Amino acid sequence: MAVLTHPRRALSTNPLKTSAPLGAAMAYLGIEGSVPLFHGAQGCTAFGLVHLVRHFKEAVPLQTTAMNEVTTILGGGEQIEEAIDNIRKRAKPRFIGIASTALTETRGEDIAGELRAMQARRKDWAGTEVVHAATPDFEGGQQDGWTKAVEAIVAALVPVTAERDPDLRQVTLLVPSYFTTAEIDEAVRMIRAFGLSPIVLPDLSTSLDGHLSDDWSGHSLGGTRLDDIARIPRSAVTLAIGEQMRSAAQMIEDRALVPYHVFQSLTGLKAVDAFVRVLMELSGMQDPPPSIRRDRARMMDAALDAHFFTGGLRVAIGADPDLMFALSTALVSMGAEIVTAATTTQHSAVLEKMPCAEVILGDLGDVERGAKQAGAQILITHSHGRHAAAALHLPLVRVGFPIFDRIGAQDACRVGYRGTRSFFFEIANAMQAIHHSPRPEDFGAAPIPQEFDHVPHPAPC
Amino acid sequence: MSEALKSKIAAVLNEPGCATNATKTDVLRKKGCTKQLTPGAAAGGCAFDGAMIALQPIVDVAHLVHAPAACWSNGWDNRSSASSGSELYRKGFTTDLSEIDIVMGHGEKKLYRAIREVIEAESPAAVFVYATCVTALIGDDIEAVCKAATVKWGTPCIPVNVPGFAGSKNLGNKLGGEALLDHVIGTLEPETVTPYDVNIIGDYNLSGELWQVKPLLDKLGIRILGAIAGDARYKQVAMAHRAKVTMLVCSQALINVARKMQDRYGIPYFEGSFYGISDTSQSLRTMCRMLVEQGAPKELLNRCEVLIAREEAKAWAALQPFRPRVEGRRVLLYTGGHKSWSVVSALQELGMEVVGTSMRKATDNDRDRVIEIMGDDKHMYENMAPREMYQMLKDAGADVLLSGGRSQFVALKALVPWVDVNQEKHEPYAGYMGIVDLVRAIDRSVNNPMWADLRAPAPWDAPLTGSVVPAPSGACPVTGISAPMGRAPVLVAQQAAAAAPAAATAPALAAMTNSATDFEDC
Repeated sequence: MAVLTHPRRALSTNPLKTSAPLGAAMAYLGIEGSVPLFHGAQGCTAFGLVHLVRHFKEAVPLQTTAMNEVTTILGGGEQIEEAIDNIRKRAKPRFIGIASTALTETRGEDIAGELRAMQARRKDWAGTEVVHAATPDFEGGQQDGWTKAVEAIVAALVPVTAERDPDLRQVTLLVPSYFTTAEIDEAVRMIRAFGLSPIVLPDLSTSLDGHLSDDWSGHSLGGTRLDDIARIPRSAVTLAIGEQMRSAAQMIEDRALVPYHVFQSLTGLKAVDAFVRVLMELSGMQDPPPSIRRDRARMMDAALDAHFFTGGLRVAIGADPDLMFALSTALVSMGAEIVTAATTTQHSAVLEKMPCAEVILGDLGDVERGAKQAGAQILITHSHGRHAAAALHLPLVRVGFPIFDRIGAQDACRVGYRGTRSFFFEIANAMQAIHHSPRPEDFGAAPIPQEFDHVPHPAPC
Repeated sequence: MSEALKSKIAAVLNEPGCATNATKTDVLRKKGCTKQLTPGAAAGGCAFDGAMIALQPIVDVAHLVHAPAACWSNGWDNRSSASSGSELYRKGFTTDLSEIDIVMGHGEKKLYRAIREVIEAESPAAVFVYATCVTALIGDDIEAVCKAATVKWGTPCIPVNVPGFAGSKNLGNKLGGEALLDHVIGTLEPETVTPYDVNIIGDYNLSGELWQVKPLLDKLGIRILGAIAGDARYKQVAMAHRAKVTMLVCSQALINVARKMQDRYGIPYFEGSFYGISDTSQSLRTMCRMLVEQGAPKELLNRCEVLIAREEAKAWAALQPFRPRVEGRRVLLYTGGHKSWSVVSALQELGMEVVGTSMRKATDNDRDRVIEIMGDDKHMYENMAPREMYQMLKDAGADVLLSGGRSQFVALKALVPWVDVNQEKHEPYAGYMGIVDLVRAIDRSVNNPMWADLRAPAPWDAPLTGSVVPAPSGACPVTGISAPMGRAPVLVAQQAAAAAPAAATAPALAAMTNSATDFEDC
């Protein structure tokens, strides 16, 4: 229903988008014992690292091939080899995920080819898987980088299987870039509730969930285990959340014959119902577990209580396509109206399904301008939206990445029946928190004559 | 109860201005309208609650409740009367009596100290002191304390003697009005008086409703001199005796005040309402006519008609766009009094069908109006027990319920849209533009796509198809329970849709049995 528009202008004001390599790095951090490696100049990594640390409030392993002028001109293959050597020496990782950057892609390096040659030559790298995704900063956003990294992991680590030998209790859950660790937990809880056992890829819920560990190492602490990735061909089905995970699910089917379901959203009654229905069919359970029934009943009641605030609510949203789609459809199903929508990348099939007239491929400047023109009542975007919120005196609900001015961003859950319920509460409460008492002038009434006002006098004590 | 309070209640209950009372026999009139509440089947506020509702909207006054915790710790900050000035009325002041205070008889002393503290801290225009059940029972003499405090500190301290056990919320409204008549009205003189001064009694400016109407009065040059009590200053109440005409908005609550002001100060009153288009026009017409009778220039009548014509046209024009969105929707009204008919004509004009309207607290006059507007009395009913209302809504007897907060969940749990039209609501619906806001609220509610989603069957209402992949073999990793061998999906026989929803049409409203446990909703 929506038309994607590209504003005709050179200037981007207040960026909405996070770059693709950073999305790739986040996906790599969901693999156990991993170190993401940016193939680019040192600064690419530094900015990304600061971004990740501000969001997760965690020490994040992220390395760089530290390209200099000479290696940029002559080719960075040696820098990659040296970087891998050093990372192996210092952090002993089981997995290194390389994300290229605009610098090396502009030069046009054949990283894949060089890496193949290197791996053939360097038998001493055994025990450390190295994968590579081409993620130039100039192409797409965080969501695209995430997708490419997951594709790279699947291509490198999911074995090609000629024959189906499914374990019907096992499913693969492909997680989208916008899922918080609490959202992964919730999806996993629902799957387990049906007696199914998920392999989660990538799994930030065990690496960047903000847990205190007895260990200190230079690589990720937790994440999807490599031997679990090797077991993916035995899954009964792949459950891909978000349109962005469709290609990876297709790749798994191509390699290992595992059928897949894509769930474009896991927020809102209909979306969760569809997910639950598939879980019922997979598990052969006509009667869902009591907790699932209860959560649905609670979610419906929450919707009733929240609809007084969401009905007719004018929403301005800025986010990556899948996140924007999930939240927007849930809000529209509650009577809200998306008056402004801005997104980061055109590479998504959900954009045209957005429940609004227009989606701008733009920035927070577009969100602010659109919100003002359309009389939006609430902003939904990441922390950088605070400037627009302050300028427009509107409440801001922080979603997506980065969220650096609130702690506990990873605890926010907006998926499943439970998460939908808390999302509705979140929106309703943001609207209730606006301090507004009606004034006579709101209705065009003249003020009460001052003559009637009480003039305090000191009490005769 | 003290003798003074007893005789005051008897006098209030025998209100000559009350239409119901006027038709009674002498014997019945003597008994007053002391309907005893039914233990185990009563809902609604007490006399203290009623007095607080009537008086709290006086904004620059400290409302001090002489009571242990329940009365005000549980009761404060729950209404949305709006103020354009002081916010003092919103603060919750109470003496919070302890066991020691009660046993040792420290109540009066504590009250006296509390009055001093609130005057020192807040410099209020006045302190209203409310007696409650416990303080009345232990015999605290709040009149004496208020008198002494007024003399000592120079700030008027007004005793409001309304122990909850005295009676219902409605009685409390009237007792609150009596306190104003006894202690406040007529104690100050305005700097100037004009022929256009009116009192508005019985409007509480909920969410700013008074201000939806005030621009109309502003345009006609009519000044609200006395207000009881929406957005009122203490001085306005004290000067109310100099107004030319009184408009009584909620007739059942404060008729004693309007009637006594007519008797004492010769100010004529009329009952009117600002709900609905025709009502608003009627009220403005009556107000202007009475002002002219009281000596205002005659041209006011012409200006009034011009204003009414213009504003009515504007309102109808604003309503038309909603017609296609609300046409054919069936509305159940559960309010009472004048609201049982005052919005009906506007809803009907937009093609909505009013399937029922509650006649609780309605006068004979109200009944006549309902019959006049709706053609017959088929749609009138007294009250409805929650379970019956739930069943009716569940059977799709109505598309939307317009009522007060207490029946909210009956509608919501039956998955029927609900719009708040009573005192706790957060949107004002008064005057010409208020009806537009009300219709907008109905539109927003009935057309919310959420209802269809919520009414749709749950994922487990349909039998498994087995189409996704074969059902698992082996044991559940969580429970260890092994699944039946074989790969055929386990199909559980679908339960016959539990007691197929009665196809019967909604029961006729007239056949509803009245119940004592209705909602005190108006």
